[in-house]
Amino acid sequence: MGVGILVEDLNAWYGTTHTLQDINLHIPANHATALIGPSGCGKSTFVRCLNRMHETNPIARATGVVKMGDIDIYNDASPVEIRRRVGMVFQRPNPFPTMSIYDNVVSGLKLNGFRNRRILDETVERSLKQAALWEEVKDDLKKKSGASLSGGQQQRMCIARALAVDPEVLLMDEPASALDPVSTSKIEDLIFQLKSQYTIVIVTHNMQQAARVAENTGFFLNGKMVEFDSTHKIFTNPRDKRTEDYITGRFG
Amino acid sequence: MDFETKSMRRNRATRTATNYFVSGLCIFATILVILPLLAILFYLIYKGASSLNLAFFTHVPAPVGETGGGMANSIVGSGIILFLASLMGIPIGIAAGVYLAEFGRGKTLANAVRFTADVLNGVPSIVMGISIYSLIVVQQKHFSALAGGVALAVMMVPTITRTTEEMLATVPHAIREAALGLGVPKWRTAISISLRTASPGIITGCMLAFARVAGETAPLLFTAFGNQFWSFNLSQPIAALPLQIYVYAISPFDEWHRLAWAGSLVLIVLIMVSVTLVRIFANRGALKGGS
Repeated sequence: MGVGILVEDLNAWYGTTHTLQDINLHIPANHATALIGPSGCGKSTFVRCLNRMHETNPIARATGVVKMGDIDIYNDASPVEIRRRVGMVFQRPNPFPTMSIYDNVVSGLKLNGFRNRRILDETVERSLKQAALWEEVKDDLKKKSGASLSGGQQQRMCIARALAVDPEVLLMDEPASALDPVSTSKIEDLIFQLKSQYTIVIVTHNMQQAARVAENTGFFLNGKMVEFDSTHKIFTNPRDKRTEDYITGRFG
Repeated sequence: MDFETKSMRRNRATRTATNYFVSGLCIFATILVILPLLAILFYLIYKGASSLNLAFFTHVPAPVGETGGGMANSIVGSGIILFLASLMGIPIGIAAGVYLAEFGRGKTLANAVRFTADVLNGVPSIVMGISIYSLIVVQQKHFSALAGGVALAVMMVPTITRTTEEMLATVPHAIREAALGLGVPKWRTAISISLRTASPGIITGCMLAFARVAGETAPLLFTAFGNQFWSFNLSQPIAALPLQIYVYAISPFDEWHRLAWAGSLVLIVLIMVSVTLVRIFANRGALKGGS
C-alpha cells in the first residue's frame, strides 16, 4: 500500500541556482498527483528530491523536511533504503541493454542480492501483468534483450521494473513524453489502475494527461509552487492568475 | 524524376561524382591499413613456415653446432609470463579505470592518476625493463619469470585504464540513474551496470594491451632474461618467444635465422588466435537485439 508524503520548506540548489524555493505540500496516499508547469520550473527537481536522486549530482543540495509516512527521508534513512521504497520512472525508457526482459524486470531484486528463483519468477509475472506487458513478452522473457522492445514496451517494462521491488510510492517524470499517442494512452490506463495500490506522483507537460489521471494537481513556476488543489479545481476555477494563464495557454 | 530541372541534374551529377571519389578514398585508406598486416603475415609464412615441424613445438633449442631443436620452452615461457602479466595488469587496469570514470570525476587524485597513466603509456619499454630490473631483480639478486610478468603488467596497466575509462564514459547516464533509482548502491551500479554495459569495449582494450606486450622484447631482457631449457619456476629465469627470436636473429647461423622467422610466425599466430578466442568467448551468451 502507498503512503502519503508531507513536504515542508523544501529548498533545492544546483550549484548557486536556487531551483526549488520553500515548497510545502501534502501528497495523499493511494492517489495520483500531477505536477505541471513550464520547462525549467523545478518540477523534475522536486520529484528527484522525493527519492533523494537529486543529491546524486555532485553540485546539487537540498534542505527541508520530506516525510514519507512516519519516516523523515533525509534523516531517518539512507538514500539506498529510500529508493527501494520509492520507485522511479524516467522520461526516456532506460532499460539495461545487456539484460534480458526477465533480468531487467527483477534487476532491482537481483542487484540487491536476491536469488530465490521461484519468487523471482512470480515477481516477473506479477510486475509485467501490472504493467500490462505480460501478454506481449511472456514467450521471449529470457531470449530477448530489454533493449529490443519498442519504445512504448520499454517504458512499460521500466514501470514493471520499478514495481518489482514493491515500492510504496511511484514517481513518474514525464513518463509518456517520448512515446506515441497509443503508447501514451496505455501508460495512462496503467496509472489509473495502479493508483489504488501506490501513491503516484507524475510530472507532465501535457495538461490533458494531468486532467485524465490525477485527483490533485500542483502548478510550479520559477522554482515555486504557485497552487495545489484538486485537479478539477485547478482546471476549472484556479485561485491564482498565473495558473489560469498557464492552463489557458497564455504562456509556457 | 520528371520535375528535375537542368541545374538539379547537374548538381546530382556532381554529388554522385563526389560520392564515388570520397568512397574511393575510404576504400583506399582501408587497403593501406590492411596491406602492411597482410604483407608481414605472408612474408613470415614465406620465410618461416618451412622451418616449422613437430620438433619446433616439442623440443628445446639445440646446442650451438647441432641442427634441429625447437622453441617449446619459449612458447610455454611466453604463456606463463603473459598469464602472470594479465593476472596483475588486467584487474589493476580495470579497477583504476572504474575509479576514474565512476568515482573520481573532477577529483585531484583522479587527474593525477590519469596524468600518470598517460605518462606511463609513453615510457619506452627498455626503460620499463631497467626499472623493474632495479626494483625486483636487483633486490632478489636473480632474474625471474615473475619479474618479467611484472614488467609486462606495468606496461599493460595504462592502456587498460584509459580504455576502461573511455568505454565507461560512453555508457549513458540514464542507465546508471535507472539502477540508482531502484535502490542499488553506487559501487554495485558501477560494477554490475556500467562495467557490464561497457564490457565489449573493455575486453577489446585488454586484448590490445595483451597483444602489444606479447611481442615485447626489451622489458624482458633484464627481467625474465631467457632460458635455453625448460623452467616452470617463477623465481628462475624463463624463456620467452620474443627473447629467443632476438637471440636467434642476431646470431651468425642461417639455421638459427630460419628458426627466428618460424618463431615470429608462431608468435603472431598465437597472438591472433588468443585474441580471437577471447572475442568469441566474450560474445557467447549475448542476447537477441541487444546493443
